Formats: sequence, C-alpha cells, structure tokens
Amino acid sequence: MTTTPDSGTVPDLATLVASAEALVTDIDFESVRRWKAAAPGRRAIGFLPVWAPREIIRAAGMLPVGVFGGGDRIEIIRGDACFQSYICHLPRSTVELGLTGRLDVLDGLLFPATCDVIRNLGGIWKLLLPNLPTRYIDVPQCDDSAVGVRFFATELRSLAADFGALGGAPVTDDALRAAIAAYNDNRRRLRELAQLRRTQPHLAPASEVYLMERAGCLLPVEEHTRLLEDYLAAAARSTRRALDSCRVVVRGAFCEQPPLGLIRTLEKAGCDVVDDDLVLIGRWHRRDIDTDGDPFEALARAFLEDSVPTASRWSGMARKGEDVVDAVRASGAGGVIFISASFCDPALLDQPMLAAALDRAGIPYAAFKYSEETAQFQAIREQAGTFADSIRLWSEAG
Amino acid sequence: MSALPRDAAMERQKALLAGYFDRLARARDEHRPVVYTFVPGNLVELVASFGAIPVLPEINALQSGMRRRSADYIAVAEKAGHSEDVCTYVKCDIGMSLSGNVGPTGAVIPEPDLLLLSYTGCFVFMKWFELLKERYRCPVVMLHVPYQPDGQVTGAMLEYVVDQMRTRLVPELERLSGRRYDEADLAARLALSARAEEDLVHVLESARHRPSPIDAYFGGVYYIGPIFSAFRGTDEGADYYRVLREEVDERLRLGQGPITPDGPMGEEKIRLVVEGPPNWTSFREFWKMFADEGAVVVASTYTKVGGLYDTGFRHDPGAPLPSLARYCLGCYTNLGLPSRVDLLERYIRDYDADGFVVHSVKSCNSFSAGQLVMLRELERRVGLPGGFIESDLVDPRYFSASNVKNRLESYFQMLLQRRLPAPETAA
Repeated sequence: MTTTPDSGTVPDLATLVASAEALVTDIDFESVRRWKAAAPGRRAIGFLPVWAPREIIRAAGMLPVGVFGGGDRIEIIRGDACFQSYICHLPRSTVELGLTGRLDVLDGLLFPATCDVIRNLGGIWKLLLPNLPTRYIDVPQCDDSAVGVRFFATELRSLAADFGALGGAPVTDDALRAAIAAYNDNRRRLRELAQLRRTQPHLAPASEVYLMERAGCLLPVEEHTRLLEDYLAAAARSTRRALDSCRVVVRGAFCEQPPLGLIRTLEKAGCDVVDDDLVLIGRWHRRDIDTDGDPFEALARAFLEDSVPTASRWSGMARKGEDVVDAVRASGAGGVIFISASFCDPALLDQPMLAAALDRAGIPYAAFKYSEETAQFQAIREQAGTFADSIRLWSEAG
Repeated sequence: MSALPRDAAMERQKALLAGYFDRLARARDEHRPVVYTFVPGNLVELVASFGAIPVLPEINALQSGMRRRSADYIAVAEKAGHSEDVCTYVKCDIGMSLSGNVGPTGAVIPEPDLLLLSYTGCFVFMKWFELLKERYRCPVVMLHVPYQPDGQVTGAMLEYVVDQMRTRLVPELERLSGRRYDEADLAARLALSARAEEDLVHVLESARHRPSPIDAYFGGVYYIGPIFSAFRGTDEGADYYRVLREEVDERLRLGQGPITPDGPMGEEKIRLVVEGPPNWTSFREFWKMFADEGAVVVASTYTKVGGLYDTGFRHDPGAPLPSLARYCLGCYTNLGLPSRVDLLERYIRDYDADGFVVHSVKSCNSFSAGQLVMLRELERRVGLPGGFIESDLVDPRYFSASNVKNRLESYFQMLLQRRLPAPETAA
C-alpha cells in the first residue's frame, strides 16, 4: 500500500492486479455471492458476451454479471455432450458452469444477439436448466436509425419490465438515468485507461488492462470505477520502464476470451498490445449516453449511432476494416494480430475483410486461433515474436 | 451422377429453372435489375413487382455441391484467406464468384445491382453479404428480422420489419428499377403465392398416409425448390404446385410410395422425421442409404427454412407488407430451440414416425448449435430413440459415407428390433 497526501491509502499496482485477477479467474463467482449476502433480497443477472444493457439491470436494483465461460479453469465433462466438435468452446464451458451449480448464484441469464451459437445457447438453457429465468435480447441491425431506435427502445422497455418484475423494483426513468450516469462515469475512466495504454503501454500493459476491464463485469459499477481510479493513479506513479517492444493492435477476441496466459505471451514475445477488442462491453459506447429525455431511447440511440464497429454488428455501408486502420494509426501501432476463437463465425468471417483493409493501407498482420482453454503458448510466442521482429525491421528499413 | 427418374412435375421444374437462368443471362440486355437475397425471409414477390430478378446464393452453392464443383470453389476461397472453420456455403459462393460466377447452365450469373440482406434466422447471412458488399461495391439493404426466442411474433417485431421495408427497401427498389411501388401488383403476386402454398402443404401432409406417397426430405427438397426460390408469386410456380399435387394425389390413390433415386420405392419399413439440412455433395448416395433400408422421411424441418406453411401461414394479398413481414419472422431457423422441439414432436406424433434422425452439418451453427440437446429432449418427450449423423452442406471433405451409412444402418436395425415382440420370460 502507498499513502499519498491527497488520496489517502491507495493499493499498489501489484495488489490491485492480484485482486482483479483473483476476481476474474474465480469461476465460483464468490464476489457475487458476497455481494448478494451483504443485504437481503439482492439479485444478480448474468449476461453473455458481447453486449448487454447493464444500465437496465442496475436500474432494477440488480447486479449485472458477465458470464464469459469457464476459461481455462474448468474441466468440461457434461458440456461437451451438448455440442458438436465444430462449435466454439465458450458455450460448452458455460453449460458446464450451469450444470455444476456454479451459476446458481444468478437469478436470471441474458443472451444477446451476438451470433447463432450464443442465440441458440439461450434455447439450450431453456431445455436444459429451465429453473433459471432466461431472456434473449435482439439488437437492431438496420440502416434506418429512427426505425431501429423505435424498435429497440420498445425491446428495452420490455426487458426492463421483465427485470423489474424479477428484481422486485420497477425500472423508473429516473432510476435508469441514474444508472446511465453511473456507467457514463465508469466509461470515462475506461477511456482514460485506454488512453494511458495507447500512449504509455509500459505503464498499463494489456494483461493488466484486461483484468481491470473484466473486473467491471463482476463488480457493482461504482466499485469498479473506484478500482479504475486506483489503478490509473498507481500506474501513473509507477517507475516501470519502457521496453523495446513493438506496438500492435489485437482484433477478433471479443466473445470467447483468450486465456490470460495468451495475452501475457504476446507481451513476452515483445508486443505492446495498445488496442484490442477484448471485453468490448466497457468500451462499446464511444461517448457518454444522454441522460436527458427518454432514457430507453437514449440507450437505443447510443447503440445504433455511437457504438464501436465489431463483427457481431451490421457494418452498414461503411467500408469494413477502416476502423482497424484508424485504430492502428491512432495508437502508433506497427501491425495487427488477429487472435480469434476457433469456430467463431463472426471473427473468422470478418477477418478476410479486415485483412483486405490492412493490405490496402500497407499494414502488416498475423493471425492465430485459440480456445479459452488453450494451454500451450510456445508456438504463439514464436510466431508473435517473429511478427514483432519483422515489424521492427520494416520500420527501421523505412 | 445418373439422372433421377422424372415425373411431370419434375420435368416442369427443370423447365422452370432453365427459363430462370435464361432470363438471368438476359437481365443486363433487358435492363432488369438483379437482386441477390437469401432463401429464408426472401421477398421475391416484392422484388419481382419491380421487374427485378432475384438470385439466391445458397441455391447456387447447393447446386455447385450437387454438380461436384464445390470442393474447388471452397479451395479457391480458403486460398484467398477464408478460414476452414466457417460456413462452406459462403466459401463456395465466394470461390464461385472468384472463378467467374458461372451458373449451372454454363452462363455467367450477373453481378448484383442490389444486395437485399434478408437477415432471417442466420447470423452468417450478415457476414456473407458484407463479404459480397466488399467484392461488388453495390448498394445493400439490410432487412433485420427479429428472432422468435419464445415462438411469439410481437406487434413491435412486425412493425419493425414493415417499417424497414417502407423506409429503406421499397425506396431502394423504386430507385433501382425506376418504377413506383404498386401494391395491387404485389397483392396479385401474393395471391399466387398463397395458392402454391396451399398445394405444397397438401403435398407435404400426404405423408401422413401409409405408405407415404412422398419422401418429405430428399424428395421434399425438390418440392420446395420453386417456392423457396424465384417462383413464389408467379403463374408458373402456382401451376407447378397444382401439377405436383395432382401427381401426389394419384400416387396416393394407387397406394404407391415415393419415387426414389432407383425408381418407385418398395415396402415402407421405417417412417422417419429428419431435422437439419441435407448433404449436397453426395445427395443421391445419402438418399440411397435411407431408401435401400425402406426408410422414408415423412416430415422434415429443412423443408421449412424458406417458409413454415404447415402451421397455417399463407401470404395474404389483403395485407401485403405485414404479410411478408410475418412470413420472414416465421421461417424455421428464426424460431427458438423450444419451438423447434415442439414442431419436431408434433411431426413425430402427427406423421406416426418410428424415429427421428438429426443430420448435423458443420457449416450451419444456426441449425446445429443445440441439436444434441434437442435430440435428448425429443427422446424424452416421445419415448423414441433418435439417430445422430454429421457431415456438411457442400464440403465433400466432411462427408464420410462409411461412417454415415454405419450409423444409419445401426439405427434402423435398432428401430426394427424395437418392433419385435418381447421374448416371453420363463415363469
């Protein structure tokens, strides 16, 4: 711990990172259990990647909890019996979490329209574990913003009614505005974190940023905002020195998350990951969401008009991959690494289009596949190291 | 591949398709817009009412599979950077496009003037048309059709789909064709659709009889061909279904079974319901594995991907756009898994099936993700064992004939043994 005159006692970086890692790697959701046990009647709602309207869950007085599968910390026994070999890993470990009782801490589970597998997982849940209330949320994939906002605001109101009934507290407009404001505050800190990583990646390495962001899918929003503030303060004070690493942007890992070891492997291979699409939910909205007017329409409008491009969303008439080119230029990166979960339709179908945009812009890239339980990183370390070396050589030659 | 035995309806279908590809080849000369769209949620009546010609990339891909061209096309796409993990329909289409876009008649399929992304029941559709958008740099209209997780069409869903048609699709078709939207013309086309749908349902439901006069999966894919593609809402399409209905009624009157790859089927030994699409690269061999064992498919879900008519839906000339929206919403893969299980259960009971087979294809997560859980749920509900086989749509690397045949034969033997009287136990 460090004591400062203005901020009192601030945990040091190592303590903050260790506590976030303990939180993120706990597949028994002990932090959620503790939160629920602290006051009677508390409820928690799980959500699958990539995006969920956490503000509504919060406005209903409940805790939104990200369910990202079991990662590399669970042995899949019954989950494999539900899925063919050519389906990605996240649903089988999520089913395993459910069948082993680890998700009993949840009072409901929300399945967003991310892809066919996540969508169908909601149906599987109804057949396999019908005692846990589930809800599917369709997100607008259309070109006409006014039409999309009208539809989506109606969907969100319906969701709020369901969650209000489940949580025992109706979602009022004022409660929703307050929740939006709390998440706006949180998103501002996340943007500061992203900026620190872009400008001084040695102070905020990708593996730590990842843990800080993932922690936000488990903690109440104000608590997470405080964690981010502590981390930002501790990182800014740290005396870590910049290494001779190569700046890269990572894309393709927005749903099934790579093991932490894989992110650390990229760092050990000489890559500073200055931008990525891991834990995209915290960075989904590029600006604050409006807290005036109808809050459901504000959420719907923010989704349609002001959120980041990603593979699970309709790209409209925009040229695919231009946002990745922009991210490379904004972060001063030398190249892109596509890391995608095996059998991930959105990421793998997107990849040729993103690669074409990088080709047009003359930006080098490399691609690897993983599953959340990947345990062998040596081949990836060698490939990533070679890629980083080649970028350095090209930039020196240029 | 030797030709299948043909009856009058099949000959008529062959002529329909030849005429279609002929019109498509002349589209540029005749200044007719070409609109690429998908089978589920297709709006061919609306497209045709503007004088445009629809092209359905899934149909092109499956035809490439049946013509044994898909392996080469997939290889071309994978060489261009497409992952081995993803949908082979997409890769087959991309590969075909990169290879000159030559259709089944040898004529080049014209490039699209519009990509009408009927986003119904399949996430990959969105990526597919993003890929084509990047390739062709032509306008795209996204028609987002909300999913039915609980089998309920809400007013908001209907309004959303109709609004997208009114604000984006119709204006784009007007711009493209230079014609004004003509609701009377559309209504007349929908009346023809409803007539064909009535006849198709009659044909599909003929399988309730013993013996079934049709195979509702392998034969069924021929029966749905016109109505799932460019011929819904046309006189020639409606005529095709009238003739088909008459033929099936005649087979029914004579007590005949289905026509199979080797001619009229012999004794009907096993009645099955099938979930999942067929394999196209070994279609005839696959069918023969069933027919040789006297197994006839009496109902299938694949024949509902382009429209679920046997639960009562008909296109309604009285409410053209809402009717089209309702059609899109109701396609089979747009239904949640519990609704799909309900439908399969109903088929097994209504068609008096002895068992059911799930054909799981690697390419299609929309169909496949959850099928193992559906299988166990169905077994629990109907008290019958289910069969499970795996292959792919159009990638021949994933069709292992010996494995599929072994599994099917074992499954059929098990079903037949269940019919034997239980041995008497000694007192």
